[in-house]
Amino acid sequence: MNKVGIAGYGITPFTKEDQKIESILHKSANSLFKNNQEIDKNQIDAVLVSTNNDSKYLSPILSEMVGIQPKIAHTIESLCNSGTNSIVSAFSYISSGLADMVLVSGAERFDSPGQILEWDNSRGEFKHPIFWASIFSKSYKREFGVSNEDLAVVSVKNHKHAQKNPNALSKKTYTVEDVINSKKLTDDLRLLDCSRPCTGGASILLASEEMSKKISDEPIWISGIGQKTTSAGFTKNESLFSMNSTKIASESALKMANQNIKQIDVAEIHDAFSVCEPMALEALGFSKPGEGINLIKKLHETNDFKINSRGGLIGCGHPLGATGISQTIEIVQQLQQTAKGRQVDEPKIGLVHNMSAAATSSTVLVLEK
Amino acid sequence: MNFEEELRKGKFTIPECLSCKKIIWPPTEFCDVCNSETHLKTGQFTGKIIEFSKQNEEYFCIVEFADSFRLMAKMKSNPKKGQIVKISECGIYKENYFFHII
Repeated sequence: MNKVGIAGYGITPFTKEDQKIESILHKSANSLFKNNQEIDKNQIDAVLVSTNNDSKYLSPILSEMVGIQPKIAHTIESLCNSGTNSIVSAFSYISSGLADMVLVSGAERFDSPGQILEWDNSRGEFKHPIFWASIFSKSYKREFGVSNEDLAVVSVKNHKHAQKNPNALSKKTYTVEDVINSKKLTDDLRLLDCSRPCTGGASILLASEEMSKKISDEPIWISGIGQKTTSAGFTKNESLFSMNSTKIASESALKMANQNIKQIDVAEIHDAFSVCEPMALEALGFSKPGEGINLIKKLHETNDFKINSRGGLIGCGHPLGATGISQTIEIVQQLQQTAKGRQVDEPKIGLVHNMSAAATSSTVLVLEK
Repeated sequence: MNFEEELRKGKFTIPECLSCKKIIWPPTEFCDVCNSETHLKTGQFTGKIIEFSKQNEEYFCIVEFADSFRLMAKMKSNPKKGQIVKISECGIYKENYFFHII
Protein backbone atom coordinates (compact mmCIF):
# COMPACT_ATOMS: atom_id res chain seq x y z
CA MET A 1 0.00 0.00 0.00
CA ASN A 2 1.40 3.39 -0.97
CA LYS A 3 2.06 5.86 1.87
CA VAL A 4 -0.45 8.74 2.12
CA GLY A 5 0.23 12.11 3.68
CA ILE A 6 -1.71 15.19 4.69
CA ALA A 7 -0.07 18.03 2.79
CA GLY A 8 -2.35 20.99 3.53
CA TYR A 9 -5.53 22.19 5.18
CA GLY A 10 -7.95 25.11 5.39
CA ILE A 11 -10.83 25.84 7.75
CA THR A 12 -13.58 28.41 8.34
CA PRO A 13 -14.86 29.70 11.68
CA PHE A 14 -17.80 27.66 13.03
CA THR A 15 -20.78 29.99 13.44
CA LYS A 16 -24.59 30.19 13.43
CA GLU A 17 -24.54 32.21 10.18
CA ASP A 18 -26.95 31.55 7.33
CA GLN A 19 -24.57 30.79 4.42
CA LYS A 20 -25.03 28.82 1.21
CA ILE A 21 -23.42 25.37 1.34
CA GLU A 22 -21.46 26.13 -1.86
CA SER A 23 -20.06 29.28 -0.25
CA ILE A 24 -18.92 27.41 2.89
CA LEU A 25 -17.19 24.76 0.76
CA HIS A 26 -15.51 27.41 -1.35
CA LYS A 27 -14.28 29.37 1.68
CA SER A 28 -12.54 26.40 3.31
CA ALA A 29 -11.01 25.17 0.02
CA ASN A 30 -9.85 28.70 -0.79
CA SER A 31 -8.30 28.95 2.67
CA LEU A 32 -6.41 25.70 1.96
CA PHE A 33 -4.98 27.05 -1.31
CA LYS A 34 -4.05 30.40 0.24
CA ASN A 35 -2.24 28.58 3.09
CA ASN A 36 -0.36 26.29 0.69
CA GLN A 37 0.99 28.24 -2.28
CA GLU A 38 3.08 25.23 -3.43
CA ILE A 39 -0.01 23.32 -4.55
CA ASP A 40 -0.52 23.06 -8.31
CA LYS A 41 -4.33 22.85 -8.39
CA ASN A 42 -4.25 21.26 -11.84
CA GLN A 43 -2.60 18.17 -10.37
CA ILE A 44 -5.55 17.42 -8.08
CA ASP A 45 -6.98 14.11 -9.32
CA ALA A 46 -10.06 13.92 -7.09
CA VAL A 47 -12.38 16.26 -5.21
CA LEU A 48 -14.50 14.66 -2.49
CA VAL A 49 -17.22 16.64 -0.72
CA SER A 50 -18.39 15.60 2.75
CA THR A 51 -21.83 16.86 3.70
CA ASN A 52 -25.38 15.92 4.70
CA ASN A 53 -26.76 18.88 2.76
CA ASP A 54 -29.46 18.11 0.19
CA SER A 55 -27.88 20.22 -2.58
CA LYS A 56 -26.83 18.24 -5.62
CA TYR A 57 -23.55 17.83 -7.53
CA LEU A 58 -21.52 19.68 -4.91
CA SER A 59 -18.15 18.20 -5.82
CA PRO A 60 -18.24 19.26 -9.48
CA ILE A 61 -19.58 22.64 -8.29
CA LEU A 62 -16.67 23.08 -5.86
CA SER A 63 -14.22 21.95 -8.55
CA GLU A 64 -15.57 24.57 -10.95
CA MET A 65 -15.46 27.29 -8.28
CA VAL A 66 -11.77 26.62 -7.51
CA GLY A 67 -10.95 26.30 -11.22
CA ILE A 68 -10.04 22.65 -11.60
CA GLN A 69 -11.18 19.66 -13.65
CA PRO A 70 -10.51 16.53 -11.55
CA LYS A 71 -10.80 12.97 -12.82
CA ILE A 72 -12.94 11.96 -9.83
CA ALA A 73 -15.57 14.16 -8.18
CA HIS A 74 -18.36 13.04 -5.87
CA THR A 75 -20.08 13.54 -2.51
CA ILE A 76 -19.81 11.28 0.54
CA GLU A 77 -22.52 11.19 3.22
CA SER A 78 -22.47 9.15 6.41
CA LEU A 79 -24.17 11.47 8.93
CA CYS A 80 -21.71 12.69 11.58
CA ASN A 81 -18.68 10.73 10.37
CA SER A 82 -18.98 11.79 6.73
CA GLY A 83 -15.70 13.70 7.17
CA THR A 84 -13.47 10.80 8.12
CA ASN A 85 -15.27 8.52 5.64
CA SER A 86 -14.23 11.02 2.97
CA ILE A 87 -10.65 11.00 4.22
CA VAL A 88 -10.61 7.18 4.12
CA SER A 89 -11.92 7.27 0.54
CA ALA A 90 -9.24 9.79 -0.43
CA PHE A 91 -6.60 7.60 1.24
CA SER A 92 -7.85 4.61 -0.76
CA TYR A 93 -7.71 6.46 -4.08
CA ILE A 94 -4.11 7.46 -3.38
CA SER A 95 -2.82 4.23 -1.82
CA SER A 96 -4.27 2.24 -4.74
CA GLY A 97 -2.57 4.52 -7.26
CA LEU A 98 -5.82 5.83 -8.78
CA ALA A 99 -4.98 9.35 -7.62
CA ASP A 100 -1.88 11.26 -6.60
CA MET A 101 -3.56 14.19 -4.88
CA VAL A 102 -7.09 14.49 -3.45
CA LEU A 103 -8.94 17.52 -2.08
CA VAL A 104 -11.45 16.64 0.67
CA SER A 105 -13.85 19.43 1.62
CA GLY A 106 -16.51 19.14 4.29
CA ALA A 107 -19.28 21.64 4.96
CA GLU A 108 -22.59 21.90 6.74
CA ARG A 109 -25.23 24.48 7.56
CA PHE A 110 -26.73 25.02 11.04
CA ASP A 111 -30.01 23.54 9.77
CA SER A 112 -28.50 20.30 8.42
CA PRO A 113 -30.98 17.52 7.59
CA GLY A 114 -28.35 15.08 8.90
CA GLN A 115 -29.38 15.71 12.50
CA ILE A 116 -32.37 13.36 12.22
CA LEU A 117 -32.20 9.83 10.78
CA GLU A 118 -35.75 9.56 9.43
CA TRP A 119 -35.37 5.87 8.52
CA ASP A 120 -34.84 4.77 12.12
CA ASN A 121 -38.49 4.08 13.01
CA SER A 122 -37.47 1.83 15.91
CA ARG A 123 -36.93 5.09 17.78
CA GLY A 124 -40.67 5.74 17.48
CA GLU A 125 -41.44 9.40 18.12
CA PHE A 126 -37.99 9.88 19.75
CA LYS A 127 -35.85 10.46 16.67
CA HIS A 128 -33.97 13.54 17.85
CA PRO A 129 -30.41 12.71 19.02
CA ILE A 130 -31.13 14.05 22.54
CA PHE A 131 -33.14 10.87 23.17
CA TRP A 132 -30.38 8.37 22.41
CA ALA A 133 -27.97 10.61 24.32
CA SER A 134 -30.32 10.55 27.32
CA ILE A 135 -30.55 6.77 27.21
CA PHE A 136 -26.73 6.46 26.94
CA SER A 137 -26.33 8.88 29.87
CA LYS A 138 -28.84 7.09 32.07
CA SER A 139 -27.36 3.69 31.28
CA TYR A 140 -23.74 4.84 31.78
CA LYS A 141 -24.59 6.53 35.10
CA ARG A 142 -26.48 3.47 36.28
CA GLU A 143 -23.75 1.00 35.28
CA PHE A 144 -20.78 2.89 36.74
CA GLY A 145 -22.27 5.02 39.52
CA VAL A 146 -21.47 8.26 37.69
CA SER A 147 -23.39 11.51 38.44
CA ASN A 148 -24.65 14.38 36.28
CA GLU A 149 -21.96 16.52 37.93
CA ASP A 150 -19.26 14.05 36.85
CA LEU A 151 -20.45 14.15 33.23
CA ALA A 152 -20.69 17.96 33.31
CA VAL A 153 -16.88 18.13 33.60
CA VAL A 154 -16.66 17.07 29.92
CA SER A 155 -18.54 20.19 28.87
CA VAL A 156 -16.61 22.44 31.26
CA LYS A 157 -13.27 21.12 29.94
CA ASN A 158 -14.18 21.31 26.27
CA HIS A 159 -15.66 24.82 26.44
CA LYS A 160 -12.44 25.85 28.23
CA HIS A 161 -10.31 24.37 25.43
CA ALA A 162 -12.49 26.06 22.79
CA GLN A 163 -11.51 29.49 24.12
CA LYS A 164 -8.02 28.80 22.74
CA ASN A 165 -9.45 27.96 19.31
CA PRO A 166 -10.38 31.07 17.29
CA ASN A 167 -12.61 29.00 14.95
CA ALA A 168 -14.76 27.50 17.73
CA LEU A 169 -18.44 28.35 18.14
CA SER A 170 -18.17 28.63 21.94
CA LYS A 171 -16.97 31.99 23.22
CA LYS A 172 -17.58 31.32 26.93
CA THR A 173 -16.36 29.13 29.75
CA TYR A 174 -18.78 27.41 32.13
CA THR A 175 -18.71 25.83 35.58
CA VAL A 176 -20.17 22.46 36.57
CA GLU A 177 -23.04 24.40 38.19
CA ASP A 178 -23.65 26.28 34.92
CA VAL A 179 -23.97 22.95 33.07
CA ILE A 180 -26.28 21.43 35.70
CA ASN A 181 -28.42 24.61 35.76
CA SER A 182 -28.62 24.94 31.96
CA LYS A 183 -31.91 24.09 30.26
CA LYS A 184 -33.12 20.63 31.21
CA LEU A 185 -33.83 18.77 27.96
CA THR A 186 -34.60 15.46 29.69
CA ASP A 187 -33.98 14.07 33.19
CA ASP A 188 -30.55 12.90 31.97
CA LEU A 189 -29.43 15.69 29.62
CA ARG A 190 -28.87 19.44 29.96
CA LEU A 191 -28.40 21.88 27.09
CA LEU A 192 -24.71 22.37 27.89
CA ASP A 193 -24.16 18.59 27.69
CA CYS A 194 -24.83 18.87 23.94
CA SER A 195 -22.76 19.82 20.92
CA ARG A 196 -24.60 22.38 18.82
CA PRO A 197 -25.36 22.17 15.09
CA CYS A 198 -23.64 25.02 13.29
CA THR A 199 -22.35 26.38 9.99
CA GLY A 200 -18.75 25.58 9.09
CA GLY A 201 -16.30 24.15 6.60
CA ALA A 202 -12.97 22.32 6.65
CA SER A 203 -10.72 21.16 3.81
CA ILE A 204 -7.73 18.86 3.73
CA LEU A 205 -5.35 17.83 0.96
CA LEU A 206 -4.13 14.23 0.86
CA ALA A 207 -1.26 13.23 -1.40
CA SER A 208 1.15 10.44 -2.24
CA GLU A 209 4.46 10.30 -0.38
CA GLU A 210 6.38 12.00 -3.19
CA MET A 211 3.76 14.71 -3.71
CA SER A 212 3.33 15.31 0.04
CA LYS A 213 7.05 15.93 0.45
CA LYS A 214 7.03 18.27 -2.56
CA ILE A 215 4.14 20.39 -1.22
CA SER A 216 4.79 20.38 2.51
CA ASP A 217 7.90 20.79 4.66
CA GLU A 218 6.27 18.67 7.33
CA PRO A 219 3.62 16.30 5.96
CA ILE A 220 1.65 14.25 8.48
CA TRP A 221 1.19 10.58 7.60
CA ILE A 222 -1.98 8.56 7.99
CA SER A 223 -0.54 5.36 9.47
CA GLY A 224 -3.69 3.68 10.73
CA ILE A 225 -7.33 3.43 9.66
CA GLY A 226 -10.08 1.48 11.41
CA GLN A 227 -13.78 1.53 10.65
CA LYS A 228 -16.76 -0.45 11.88
CA THR A 229 -20.51 -0.19 11.30
CA THR A 230 -22.59 -2.36 13.65
CA SER A 231 -26.04 -1.17 12.49
CA ALA A 232 -27.96 1.90 11.33
CA GLY A 233 -30.64 1.83 14.01
CA PHE A 234 -29.91 3.09 17.53
CA THR A 235 -31.87 0.31 19.24
CA LYS A 236 -29.60 -2.34 17.67
CA ASN A 237 -26.79 -1.22 20.05
CA GLU A 238 -26.32 -4.26 22.29
CA SER A 239 -24.79 -2.19 25.09
CA LEU A 240 -26.12 1.26 25.98
CA PHE A 241 -23.07 2.20 28.09
CA SER A 242 -20.22 1.26 25.74
CA MET A 243 -19.30 1.83 22.09
CA ASN A 244 -18.68 -1.47 20.31
CA SER A 245 -18.09 0.03 16.85
CA THR A 246 -15.45 2.37 18.31
CA LYS A 247 -13.68 -0.48 20.12
CA ILE A 248 -13.41 -2.53 16.91
CA ALA A 249 -12.37 0.47 14.77
CA SER A 250 -9.73 1.44 17.32
CA GLU A 251 -8.19 -2.03 17.42
CA SER A 252 -8.00 -2.11 13.60
CA ALA A 253 -6.46 1.36 13.34
CA LEU A 254 -3.82 0.74 16.01
CA LYS A 255 -2.94 -2.64 14.50
CA MET A 256 -2.50 -1.10 11.06
CA ALA A 257 -0.29 1.64 12.55
CA ASN A 258 1.62 -0.93 14.62
CA GLN A 259 1.02 1.20 17.71
CA ASN A 260 -0.83 0.82 20.99
CA ILE A 261 -3.09 3.31 22.73
CA LYS A 262 -0.40 4.23 25.31
CA GLN A 263 1.69 5.67 22.51
CA ILE A 264 -1.01 8.19 21.50
CA ASP A 265 0.02 11.71 22.61
CA VAL A 266 -3.04 13.67 21.52
CA ALA A 267 -6.58 12.70 20.43
CA GLU A 268 -9.78 14.17 19.06
CA ILE A 269 -12.82 12.37 20.46
CA HIS A 270 -16.38 12.56 19.10
CA ASP A 271 -18.09 14.19 22.12
CA ALA A 272 -21.48 14.79 20.49
CA PHE A 273 -22.81 14.76 24.08
CA SER A 274 -20.95 14.76 27.41
CA VAL A 275 -21.40 11.04 27.99
CA CYS A 276 -19.83 10.21 24.62
CA GLU A 277 -16.37 11.32 25.73
CA PRO A 278 -15.87 8.84 28.61
CA MET A 279 -17.59 6.09 26.61
CA ALA A 280 -15.25 6.71 23.67
CA LEU A 281 -12.13 6.93 25.86
CA GLU A 282 -13.03 3.54 27.30
CA ALA A 283 -13.78 1.97 23.91
CA LEU A 284 -10.52 3.30 22.48
CA GLY A 285 -8.57 1.85 25.44
CA PHE A 286 -7.45 5.11 27.06
CA SER A 287 -9.37 4.07 30.20
CA LYS A 288 -10.85 0.91 31.68
CA PRO A 289 -14.68 0.62 31.56
CA GLY A 290 -16.23 3.13 33.95
CA GLU A 291 -12.98 5.05 34.48
CA GLY A 292 -13.15 7.47 31.54
CA ILE A 293 -14.55 10.24 33.69
CA ASN A 294 -11.57 9.96 36.10
CA LEU A 295 -9.18 10.56 33.19
CA ILE A 296 -11.27 13.53 32.01
CA LYS A 297 -11.26 15.09 35.51
CA LYS A 298 -7.50 14.62 35.81
CA LEU A 299 -6.86 16.23 32.42
CA HIS A 300 -9.15 19.16 33.33
CA GLU A 301 -7.61 19.70 36.75
CA THR A 302 -4.05 19.66 35.36
CA ASN A 303 -5.01 21.79 32.33
CA ASP A 304 -3.75 19.01 30.04
CA PHE A 305 -5.12 19.47 26.49
CA LYS A 306 -4.40 15.87 25.37
CA ILE A 307 -8.06 15.05 24.70
CA ASN A 308 -10.10 17.38 22.47
CA SER A 309 -7.64 20.24 22.42
CA ARG A 310 -9.69 22.25 19.89
CA GLY A 311 -12.71 22.06 22.23
CA GLY A 312 -14.32 18.91 20.86
CA LEU A 313 -17.73 19.01 19.27
CA ILE A 314 -19.20 20.54 22.44
CA GLY A 315 -16.84 23.51 22.34
CA CYS A 316 -16.33 23.88 18.58
CA GLY A 317 -19.87 23.21 17.40
CA HIS A 318 -20.80 20.30 15.14
CA PRO A 319 -21.16 21.07 11.42
CA LEU A 320 -21.63 17.38 10.62
CA GLY A 321 -19.83 17.06 7.26
CA ALA A 322 -16.93 19.24 8.41
CA THR A 323 -16.44 17.74 11.89
CA GLY A 324 -14.23 14.73 11.05
CA ILE A 325 -12.05 16.86 8.77
CA SER A 326 -11.77 19.58 11.42
CA GLN A 327 -10.78 16.96 14.01
CA THR A 328 -8.08 15.67 11.63
CA ILE A 329 -6.79 19.20 10.98
CA GLU A 330 -6.46 19.69 14.75
CA ILE A 331 -4.26 16.60 15.07
CA VAL A 332 -2.18 17.78 12.07
CA GLN A 333 -1.68 21.16 13.79
CA GLN A 334 -0.77 19.45 17.06
CA LEU A 335 1.80 17.18 15.38
CA GLN A 336 3.24 20.13 13.46
CA GLN A 337 3.27 22.07 16.76
CA THR A 338 1.29 25.00 15.36
CA ALA A 339 -1.71 24.74 17.71
CA LYS A 340 -0.55 27.83 19.67
CA GLY A 341 -2.38 28.32 23.00
CA ARG A 342 -3.78 24.78 22.95
CA GLN A 343 -0.53 23.03 21.94
CA VAL A 344 0.22 19.72 23.65
CA ASP A 345 3.87 19.13 24.62
CA GLU A 346 5.77 17.70 21.60
CA PRO A 347 3.25 15.09 20.40
CA LYS A 348 4.48 12.49 17.88
CA ILE A 349 1.39 10.32 17.36
CA GLY A 350 -2.24 11.46 17.28
CA LEU A 351 -5.63 9.81 16.95
CA VAL A 352 -9.00 10.90 15.52
CA HIS A 353 -12.29 9.32 16.62
CA ASN A 354 -15.37 10.25 14.57
CA MET A 355 -18.70 8.43 14.80
CA SER A 356 -22.30 8.46 13.57
CA ALA A 357 -25.81 7.92 14.90
CA ALA A 358 -25.33 6.80 18.51
CA ALA A 359 -22.02 5.05 17.76
CA THR A 360 -23.59 2.67 15.25
CA SER A 361 -20.62 3.52 12.99
CA SER A 362 -17.12 4.66 13.95
CA THR A 363 -13.92 5.72 12.23
CA VAL A 364 -10.54 5.87 13.94
CA LEU A 365 -7.46 7.37 12.28
CA VAL A 366 -3.87 7.29 13.54
CA LEU A 367 -1.64 10.15 12.37
CA GLU A 368 2.13 10.42 12.70
CA LYS A 369 4.89 12.91 11.98
CA MET B 1 -46.26 -8.41 4.47
CA ASN B 2 -47.14 -4.82 5.20
CA PHE B 3 -46.17 -3.89 8.72
CA GLU B 4 -46.96 -0.20 8.18
CA GLU B 5 -50.47 -0.94 6.90
CA GLU B 6 -51.23 -2.80 10.13
CA LEU B 7 -49.50 -0.17 12.26
CA ARG B 8 -51.64 2.57 10.68
CA LYS B 9 -54.68 0.61 11.93
CA GLY B 10 -53.17 0.62 15.44
CA LYS B 11 -52.10 -3.03 15.28
CA PHE B 12 -48.61 -4.07 16.40
CA THR B 13 -47.33 -7.14 14.57
CA ILE B 14 -43.97 -8.90 14.50
CA PRO B 15 -42.36 -9.78 11.16
CA GLU B 16 -41.03 -13.33 10.93
CA CYS B 17 -39.31 -15.27 8.15
CA LEU B 18 -41.67 -17.81 6.59
CA SER B 19 -38.82 -20.24 6.07
CA CYS B 20 -36.28 -20.03 8.94
CA LYS B 21 -38.67 -18.33 11.45
CA LYS B 22 -36.16 -15.60 12.33
CA ILE B 23 -37.78 -12.37 13.59
CA ILE B 24 -36.85 -9.56 11.21
CA TRP B 25 -36.57 -6.08 12.71
CA PRO B 26 -36.90 -3.39 11.47
CA PRO B 27 -39.72 -4.85 9.34
CA THR B 28 -38.72 -5.75 5.79
CA GLU B 29 -40.12 -8.01 3.10
CA PHE B 30 -37.21 -10.43 3.09
CA CYS B 31 -35.22 -12.37 5.68
CA ASP B 32 -31.67 -11.06 6.22
CA VAL B 33 -30.37 -14.62 6.70
CA CYS B 34 -32.08 -16.88 4.13
CA ASN B 35 -33.64 -14.20 1.87
CA SER B 36 -37.07 -15.82 2.05
CA GLU B 37 -40.25 -13.77 2.36
CA THR B 38 -41.48 -12.63 5.75
CA HIS B 39 -44.98 -12.60 7.25
CA LEU B 40 -46.55 -10.83 10.21
CA LYS B 41 -47.20 -12.57 13.51
CA THR B 42 -50.21 -11.24 15.37
CA GLY B 43 -50.99 -11.46 19.07
CA GLN B 44 -50.63 -9.72 22.43
CA PHE B 45 -46.87 -9.43 22.72
CA THR B 46 -45.07 -8.48 25.90
CA GLY B 47 -41.76 -6.67 26.12
CA LYS B 48 -39.14 -5.92 28.77
CA ILE B 49 -37.90 -2.44 29.71
CA ILE B 50 -34.14 -2.30 29.14
CA GLU B 51 -33.55 1.39 29.96
CA PHE B 52 -35.54 4.62 30.22
CA SER B 53 -35.34 8.36 30.78
CA LYS B 54 -37.92 11.11 31.21
CA GLN B 55 -38.90 14.30 29.39
CA ASN B 56 -41.37 16.56 31.18
CA GLU B 57 -44.00 14.23 32.65
CA GLU B 58 -43.52 11.33 30.23
CA TYR B 59 -41.02 8.52 30.15
CA PHE B 60 -39.33 7.18 27.03
CA CYS B 61 -38.17 3.59 27.27
CA ILE B 62 -36.07 1.07 25.34
CA VAL B 63 -38.26 -2.04 25.24
CA GLU B 64 -37.10 -5.48 24.08
CA PHE B 65 -39.56 -7.89 22.46
CA ALA B 66 -39.20 -11.65 21.96
CA ASP B 67 -35.60 -11.52 23.32
CA SER B 68 -34.87 -10.25 19.83
CA PHE B 69 -35.45 -6.60 18.96
CA ARG B 70 -35.84 -3.26 20.68
CA LEU B 71 -37.88 -0.13 20.07
CA MET B 72 -38.48 3.15 21.87
CA ALA B 73 -41.88 3.64 23.48
CA LYS B 74 -43.65 6.18 25.65
CA MET B 75 -44.89 5.34 29.15
CA LYS B 76 -46.91 7.53 31.51
CA SER B 77 -46.37 5.71 34.81
CA ASN B 78 -43.00 5.24 36.53
CA PRO B 79 -41.09 2.46 34.68
CA LYS B 80 -38.66 0.03 36.23
CA LYS B 81 -35.72 -1.65 34.52
CA GLY B 82 -36.71 -5.25 33.69
CA GLN B 83 -40.45 -4.48 33.95
CA ILE B 84 -42.68 -6.51 31.63
CA VAL B 85 -44.97 -4.28 29.54
CA LYS B 86 -47.33 -4.47 26.59
CA ILE B 87 -48.17 -2.04 23.82
CA SER B 88 -51.37 -0.14 24.66
CA GLU B 89 -51.44 2.07 21.60
CA CYS B 90 -49.41 2.35 18.40
CA GLY B 91 -49.65 3.89 14.98
CA ILE B 92 -48.11 6.33 12.53
CA TYR B 93 -48.42 10.06 13.12
CA LYS B 94 -46.91 12.57 10.66
CA GLU B 95 -44.93 9.68 9.08
CA ASN B 96 -43.35 8.72 12.44
CA TYR B 97 -44.11 5.44 14.18
CA PHE B 98 -45.28 5.75 17.79
CA PHE B 99 -45.61 3.13 20.50
CA HIS B 100 -47.18 3.58 23.95
CA ILE B 101 -46.72 0.96 26.65
CA ILE B 102 -48.38 0.08 29.94
